Amino acid sequence: MSSTRSFVSRKIHSLLGVIPVGLFLLEHMITNYSATKGLEEFQKSVAFLNNLPFVLALEIFFIWLPILYHGIYGVYIAVQSKNNTTSYSYYRNFMFVLQRISGVVTLLFLGWHFYETRLQVALGNVTHEQLGLLMRDVFLNPVTYSLYMIGVISAVFHFCNGLWSFMVSWGIAVGPNAQRKVAYVSFALFLIISVIFILAMNAFTADSFIAKG
Amino acid sequence: MTTASTQKTIKLIVQRQEGPDASSFNEEFEIPYRPNMNVISALMEIQRNPVNAKGNKTTPVCWESNCLEEVCGACSMVINGKPRQACTALIDKLEQPIRIAPMRTFPVVRDVVVDRSQMFESLKKVKAWIPIDGTYDLGPGPRMPEVKRQWAYDLSRCMTCGVCMEACPNVNPTSDFIGPFAISQVRLFNAHPTGEMNKHERIDALMEDGGIAGCGNSQNCVRSCPKEIPLTTSIAEMNKETSMSLFKKWFTN
Repeated sequence: MSSTRSFVSRKIHSLLGVIPVGLFLLEHMITNYSATKGLEEFQKSVAFLNNLPFVLALEIFFIWLPILYHGIYGVYIAVQSKNNTTSYSYYRNFMFVLQRISGVVTLLFLGWHFYETRLQVALGNVTHEQLGLLMRDVFLNPVTYSLYMIGVISAVFHFCNGLWSFMVSWGIAVGPNAQRKVAYVSFALFLIISVIFILAMNAFTADSFIAKG
Repeated sequence: MTTASTQKTIKLIVQRQEGPDASSFNEEFEIPYRPNMNVISALMEIQRNPVNAKGNKTTPVCWESNCLEEVCGACSMVINGKPRQACTALIDKLEQPIRIAPMRTFPVVRDVVVDRSQMFESLKKVKAWIPIDGTYDLGPGPRMPEVKRQWAYDLSRCMTCGVCMEACPNVNPTSDFIGPFAISQVRLFNAHPTGEMNKHERIDALMEDGGIAGCGNSQNCVRSCPKEIPLTTSIAEMNKETSMSLFKKWFTN
């Protein structure tokens, strides 16, 4: 007797990637961008999020568990594919491979990022107010800055290209023209979101970030 | 008569294998050129005179072929890195040496002969047929709209050749994915006015393990299909149908 388990698991994986994980990425982008207005504004954004009611439940059910499921099931999907871009060097096939590579890179990056920030807050080593300066130190170091750059771009790519697959996997973009249009939108989103994240990262290192006023 | 030294020749490198469990090896052949040859006629030349490029006598290369006009799918093999039918692989259009290998997605029987039975098993799994038998004469079936017939005809050109399976990164020993062709066949039989009556059975089959969820959207299939079947459109359409069916099962049952 065969089951629909893998079908359902794959559908949940696809859905969670956009809702809520993708939406959380966008939320994170907006919070980070408040750093362009200085440390105080960034601290206010962090405080706003942490003052949300049921914040821990929101984190567990809308961020951590969805990311864990999407990440672990995603690795299982990634290791199953037999990548063949050497024989079939087509755009979509490269995106197929990049989606799997960026997924693994993003998962590793998220583990590190979580350890550096949220876990340290949970352990009481860092307060929410100190996060802005902690990130400033991370971005002032060229090595960690570069690693963050790779991690962030991987995450944004994985989200935007994943949005394309989402539209196909749920049968929203069906024909080749519709799929091409979604691909253009997905690429434009990749550029826009990446630029906003990079501007936000650079804002932490600016002198104006810590200037009083 | 031209002498052997001035005669134009064709160089082929064939990846050979004596049996299903034997290890593979490459053998080079150099055969006389004739105009308008295809890979099949080149293999026939080796069969006629089984001597390799070193001048040693060897076993003739085994292959399968039937129609010789790209409608049966039997002569699919990997030619210069891409899976395609040997009958429409014209020597004049191929870069030499011509590299010939079996489609290793399937179990190799011998040389470039592969066993594609898994594709027929998949067609059985998704019920890719139209049940018309009854205990009495059921009369004529409903008519098919002409516009629908036109796009359904494109799907009906599938010859189960295995090229989409070979090109797909998700059809491999670690996955149980049935492959692009079977999903497109569900769309074909569900489009038929009589086949539509058993639509749910085929949709259910696609939602089982190894079904449509195995697709990773690399879209190599649609780029590789020799019959230019819109495989990715079929897959996306079936994605819609299976998703709808899932919602119906969850929220209305």
